[in-house]
Amino acid sequence: MFRNNYDNDSVTYSPTGRLFQVEYALEAIKQGSAAVGVASKTHVVLVGLKRNAEELGSYQKKLIKIDNHMGVALAGLAPDARVLTNFLRKQAMNSKLVFNRPLSTSSAVLSIADKAQENTQSYGSRPYGVGLLVSGYDETGSHLYEFQPSGSVLEYYGASIGARSQAARTYLEKNLEKIRESASMEELIVHGLNALRDTLSQDVELTFKNTSVSVVGKDTNFTVYEDEDVQQWLDKLDSVTNSSNRNDEDEEEDAGAAAEAEGNDAGNQDTTEDRMETDE
Amino acid sequence: MNHDPYQWGRPSDQTYGQYNHAIANAKNAPAEHDSFPKMNTQNPIITSTSVLGIKYKDGIVMAADNLGSYGSLLRFNNIERLIKVGKETVVGVSGDISDFQQLQRILDELETEQEVYDNFGDNNLRAPHVHEFLSRVLYNRRSKMNPLWNSVIVAGFNDDRSPFLKYIDMLGVTYGASTLATGFGSYLAVPLLRKVIPEDKDYVNVSEEEAKKVIMDSMRVLFYRDARSAETFTLVTLNSEGVKYDKQVQVSNQSWEFAKDITGYGSKQL
Repeated sequence: MFRNNYDNDSVTYSPTGRLFQVEYALEAIKQGSAAVGVASKTHVVLVGLKRNAEELGSYQKKLIKIDNHMGVALAGLAPDARVLTNFLRKQAMNSKLVFNRPLSTSSAVLSIADKAQENTQSYGSRPYGVGLLVSGYDETGSHLYEFQPSGSVLEYYGASIGARSQAARTYLEKNLEKIRESASMEELIVHGLNALRDTLSQDVELTFKNTSVSVVGKDTNFTVYEDEDVQQWLDKLDSVTNSSNRNDEDEEEDAGAAAEAEGNDAGNQDTTEDRMETDE
Repeated sequence: MNHDPYQWGRPSDQTYGQYNHAIANAKNAPAEHDSFPKMNTQNPIITSTSVLGIKYKDGIVMAADNLGSYGSLLRFNNIERLIKVGKETVVGVSGDISDFQQLQRILDELETEQEVYDNFGDNNLRAPHVHEFLSRVLYNRRSKMNPLWNSVIVAGFNDDRSPFLKYIDMLGVTYGASTLATGFGSYLAVPLLRKVIPEDKDYVNVSEEEAKKVIMDSMRVLFYRDARSAETFTLVTLNSEGVKYDKQVQVSNQSWEFAKDITGYGSKQL
């Protein structure tokens, strides 16, 4: 009944100037499990919560290495992330081969932003359905960027994407000073894991199976800690469960609730002629 | 009239008999069926001679004359062969001038792409990057059997601000040293430069004045003995203050007084 005429392809503007296909792509990120990035002056840490489809299945990888000085965390469609990271790897190798210098984090992230942007103004294509946190250490120091399929790229000291990521963002905002001043990479990783812990829903806790940790920085090549290697970092936490969530009523809630809570006004702007919800 | 030059002036077979194609291995095939589908550069045409470069304590001095020779004809005398790339890199080119101009365009494009597009100002193009890039370009071209007929010296600074001086040639060969020269200079100038810097690490003992002096002396020796060299040249100084060009420098203090005492080639006394 309320079928929307303005969300059939990524080249059509709605009367209010929105690109719904792009916004749906941003929605796909919120469906993905959470990833958190934090940057001190010397290091950048990415942590991710891995999900498995079923008990017997393996966990979907969240962290991808680009080069010795760069790596990303993803939330959303993993295949799209593979495409983008393969492209980044190509860029990094090209920089190494042609100029004998490591690819700078800013030009890396801008190069995929340009790719993503192209998909928002050409007919027949779709936007990438994945968000990335890009960590890198280059000649200008440590950098953390958030990449979105809209082509927007912003630099952060702390950022989180994926399901229930608002909770992590709250932690990061509260502890920004401490995170920036982290003297060691251990300290920074603990901050990252603390933020990630806040995204957990009830009955879930951080284990070495569902947690991935990566670090890159001064004199530190991009390293991913997976499985048993993660335990050493989990041991540094006071608790691996989300304490604020223990008496959470609705188990099923996720990003939707968080988004609503913080942006009720934004949600109410929808008019009947320009609505996004097509499901009913 | 038939405008195909291949058809001009052939003696008619009826009068003179069949043309003997064995003469000078001449072919009678039309041009489009030539056995060479494509011909690459086989030799340089307009050429330029040596480029010199020497490191000193806090920078580099480079020199190259302004001459473009057409064989033995000293054809063009206002060619600037030391070109600035980015903010603090100088590339000196010798060899074929048309290929040099092609390199100039490639480097201009590189500068636009790397220094302007998508750059937050943190991605500066420096000498080691320019050198690596040029070595890829030249090696790639020679691997296609279509070389750019040049020898190149790249001067600038490393990440740690120490002087950078490296060579690349038309084969893609590269090497670095505290004293470098291309062409005739590698025979005549490098021995003089090495007197000032006997070992690679010794450049730290050399002042800007000493470096300039030995370059001026080397340019004079090259003007004496290289028949494709010119009297006016450009001298470039790179240091922490930037890149300074001295143009239209003249070879000075030539000694020709002795010439009047030389008579004949042996026994002639008068």
